[in-house]
Amino acid sequence: MKVPNISADHPNMTFKASLMSATELDRALKRVAHEIVERNKGIGNLALVGVHTRGVPVAERLADLLHKFEGTRPPVGKLDITLYRDDLTEIALQPIVRRTEVDFNVHGTRIVLCDDVLFTGRTTRAALDALIDMGRPASIQYAVIVDRGHRELPIRADYVGKNVPTSASEIVLVKLKEIDGSDAVELWERD
Amino acid sequence: MAAVTVAPNDATTSVTSNEAPREGSPRRGRKQHLLDFTDWSKEEALALLDTSDVMAQVLTRTIKKVPALQGLTVATLFFEDSTRTRLSFDRAARAQSADVMSFAAGGSSLTKGESLRDTLRTLDQLQADLYVVRHPAAGVPHQLARWTNAAIVNAGDGRRAHPTQALLDAYTFRNRFGGNGAFEGRRLAIVGDIDHSRVARSNIELFTKLGAEVALAGPATLVPREFADLPGVTVSNRLEEAVEGAHAVMALRMQSERMTRGLIPSFAEYVARYQVTSEVIKLAHPDAIVMHPGPLVRDLEVASDVADGERSVIEQQVANGVPTRMAVLYTLLVGQR
Repeated sequence: MKVPNISADHPNMTFKASLMSATELDRALKRVAHEIVERNKGIGNLALVGVHTRGVPVAERLADLLHKFEGTRPPVGKLDITLYRDDLTEIALQPIVRRTEVDFNVHGTRIVLCDDVLFTGRTTRAALDALIDMGRPASIQYAVIVDRGHRELPIRADYVGKNVPTSASEIVLVKLKEIDGSDAVELWERD
Repeated sequence: MAAVTVAPNDATTSVTSNEAPREGSPRRGRKQHLLDFTDWSKEEALALLDTSDVMAQVLTRTIKKVPALQGLTVATLFFEDSTRTRLSFDRAARAQSADVMSFAAGGSSLTKGESLRDTLRTLDQLQADLYVVRHPAAGVPHQLARWTNAAIVNAGDGRRAHPTQALLDAYTFRNRFGGNGAFEGRRLAIVGDIDHSRVARSNIELFTKLGAEVALAGPATLVPREFADLPGVTVSNRLEEAVEGAHAVMALRMQSERMTRGLIPSFAEYVARYQVTSEVIKLAHPDAIVMHPGPLVRDLEVASDVADGERSVIEQQVANGVPTRMAVLYTLLVGQR
């Protein structure tokens, strides 16, 4: 999968602060994995679904951690929400549609939807629609690395790596080594 | 039109105009219309095939519908009969939640003497975002594109072009031979009435653009030698020559009016020399597929045992019409504003 280097791709942004180091990110993911086990009393009938692009490695890592803690690895799916976006006919550039790969039966499964940043909630809304079109899950829970506020829809996350208060002009970049070469969570400002 | 012309830019049309294309909003280099593949790059054509893959997967889900084109309207304008193409576009639009309006020339104001331009003006007031156009005269979709700000998809104009048929054929070919490298060094043989066929012209254009060779075979009256001047194209009057080593053999529809106009002596002679039989197919590549754009006249263009045989992908071609046309509608309609 070809994903552009996000910081080099946005020359009109200035670095403001480091929000999480690689170690802190790892610790947060471990805590989230434990919370998932605790809330669901184990991982029976559980599956993880990552939202393209950076939600996919988040889901894979949580699955690895659950494997380590509980002895079995829950199935992982990849969800592309492009066709479900609510701004498709208004945007200037055409988003590339990628494959949705959910190889397990969604019906009756407890799903943990995974993404990197929770912001307006519109991506989450689209992801919920996409998931429900595949069947009727027993429940859908939501895990994110960063919740940065500014919700435009009544949506919340069940598991949050870090809550970060931000202003609307700021950008939260979650870098993951699978895609970006290294792990870090950074705060940038639009010039 | 010159036999050798494959979807020309200047569109040797029966409708002519000196008007410049109307100024529309800039598309950031994106395509507004699919009239033929002349101004589509290889990469853009391959991107359509990739998007078709995603759409094919949507069609395997419990709910075979996505909201991508919600609030947009697709109008099908058919000035010539069609079953599968029109239904396939209809399905492709609805599977993405677009609204669909249908217009058929028979029973319309055109029969009362309304001009094509006035018909389009009327339809424009109904606010279609995209027109799917089929017309017996070459160049009509190009002309309509100059008259409206909506997107135009050519669903067949005269003998000139039928780009979405070529796209679904390329998609069917790629599904068999795997990946975007599927076309390089492979060969498509097209058999029959090449000269009257927009399917042949569009397939020649798209397959050679994607890197494949195209071998044409048929009676000399129906396969002008000039086609051999096109890069990547060979012409033969012997079926065996074109089929030998080919990765796909596509038979075209043979119409009885070709016989009455003296272009072929008789169906029996055509069958004897150009029918795709199991004997002839033995000369093709071991993995070769047999294609036909339909409607198929059994035991004329293709022997029944071949049409129903394991190499035949004729039914898949029809099925593949939906995801490929979904990809075309998506590509032309999303991200325009």
